[in-house]
Amino acid sequence: MYQVGIDIGSSAAKAAVLKDGAVFRTLLLNTGFNSRKTADEIYDMLAADGITKENADYVATGYGRVSVPYADRSVTEITCHGKGAWFLFGKNGSVIDIGGQDTKGIALKNGRVMKFIMNDKCSAGTGKFLEVMTNRLGLTMEELSLLAKKGNPITISSMCTVFAESEVISLIGKGTPREDIAYGVIESVVTKVVQLIAQVPGDQYFLTGGLCEDSYILGRLSHALKAPVESTPLARYAGAIGAALMASEQKG
Amino acid sequence: MANYDLPKLFDEFVDARKNGFLAAKEFKENGGRLAGCLCSYTPQEVLDAGGIAAVSLCGTSNETIPDAEKVLPKNLCPLIKGTYGFAFTEKCPYTYFSDIIIGETTCDGKKKMYELLNELKETYVMHLPQSQDRPYASDIWYEEVRLLKEKLEQKFNITITDEDLRKAVHTRNRLRRALCDMYQLQETCPPAMHGTEMMLALQKGGFTFDVEKQIEHVETLVAERKAAYEAGERPVPASAKRILLTGCPSGGVIQKVGMVVENNGGVLVCLDDCGGERTRSRMIDENAEDILRAISDSYLGIHCSVMTPNDGRLENTKKMIEKYKADGVIEVVLQACHTFNVEAYKTREMVEDMGVPYLKLETDYSTTDSGQIETRIAAFLELL
Repeated sequence: MYQVGIDIGSSAAKAAVLKDGAVFRTLLLNTGFNSRKTADEIYDMLAADGITKENADYVATGYGRVSVPYADRSVTEITCHGKGAWFLFGKNGSVIDIGGQDTKGIALKNGRVMKFIMNDKCSAGTGKFLEVMTNRLGLTMEELSLLAKKGNPITISSMCTVFAESEVISLIGKGTPREDIAYGVIESVVTKVVQLIAQVPGDQYFLTGGLCEDSYILGRLSHALKAPVESTPLARYAGAIGAALMASEQKG
Repeated sequence: MANYDLPKLFDEFVDARKNGFLAAKEFKENGGRLAGCLCSYTPQEVLDAGGIAAVSLCGTSNETIPDAEKVLPKNLCPLIKGTYGFAFTEKCPYTYFSDIIIGETTCDGKKKMYELLNELKETYVMHLPQSQDRPYASDIWYEEVRLLKEKLEQKFNITITDEDLRKAVHTRNRLRRALCDMYQLQETCPPAMHGTEMMLALQKGGFTFDVEKQIEHVETLVAERKAAYEAGERPVPASAKRILLTGCPSGGVIQKVGMVVENNGGVLVCLDDCGGERTRSRMIDENAEDILRAISDSYLGIHCSVMTPNDGRLENTKKMIEKYKADGVIEVVLQACHTFNVEAYKTREMVEDMGVPYLKLETDYSTTDSGQIETRIAAFLELL
């Protein structure tokens, strides 16, 4: 039997397949503008490898969790990221999930979600903020981090994504080096994330979501939080892994 | 018989609203006196005693907020904006047909809004002390209640006697008892009804002109639910997580918060807002020597976050958590409600010290954050 977790986020859709309690396969797609279609694509891709309703249980999560018609049930991304992070890191602490439209902090103790916090409807400190800024600067996320490492400290003071973009445009206009702007962009996200996470403090932190392989961001977060921040490439799939774990729990 | 005009936009209204207007018009044309009320601090017995129907004003929907924002700042509580907006657009039958609106100096936003509301409709504002603590607070409020009585006597050319007040207290006590009986239906595991059904019943009650009818509605509902429960009906599954809802008035978030809790595996077992047991369990001694004093003292005892300090609210919430065996507490803070928002820190501390999980939701009446509110509520219910 397989357990499949499907995490339809606002920008990326992730799937994780568990077999005998280990991650057997993962999938990553753009969500696009039709969550339902993306969910169907995931099903077909897994079915091509012999993972179907016949031999697998499905749990959906993420903001598009209601658009996965073949899921046996849906669970919120908070619970799933908590479960997934416990599976990946196995330690008490707080999970930081920087998602496409939401940033979440989840306090974990003995594998249970004790408390959580989510940004309000504003996109400051989320993946959306980075997406807008990288587009404006004509960079990929990797390039942004590489440049930022070489940048001199500048501050982008607007927290609001729309105003911050104007601020970046005026910096570009003034001829501010891209490295410095890159530095300012990432610091802005780090500051906002740390502010949010202060409400679910931990001795150590785990970064999940699309930025898990970005060592520069991990370093800046750790510096700002004055505590270790760990991650692993699989942390991108933490929500999906958590959902897959829920599928196995459900079968008891 | 006096004649009253309907609002200009009447023909565009949906049927339910039209009916509301027609009923209020008929009530007025038959000589009825109508006072619009906004807050639990309004001593309703004084209105009842003068034969003046105390009715709630519309203000718990997003509908008229864009219109209200032509006058009021955006960054203001949605209940304040909504109340003003309904008056401004003439879309609420009760505001429209009110002879007078009774307000209190509760929060700053309301206090200043009343000045503007008064330009649309006569608004009489009672001055509430800042706390119950000072030895003279009770005298201040007594004087305010007395002034309200005089105001009404002058305005309507009536005399309100002690006997009238006693009768009114007697009737309102019956309503309070009926409401408390309804709240207590939620004590059992699982509870006898959904909390949202109760919220809707309370809302409907506020828009009824006749207290006797309100009592009848509530008593019938309680009797029905009790009988059904005794006959073995369980409208709520035993697995439902028991939630106490606290914070700001919840009438505007029945859908956005209430329904979402109850559609995601939870049930509201205790409505700990100002329309709930916290205010309704305050019976007034109808045989008190000074009946007006008994009324004013009882209302002043209400624990709202506008009071400082307001420790009584927390003590009461604590009792309610135990009484209703709450698995979790959800606090709703309406946007820009500073008093409940700041006080929420203390509420959280108290609730978490009891080992009960707590979730604060800061929101308004719009749908912009519905998705996130739903995720938060569902995740909270999952962690219980």
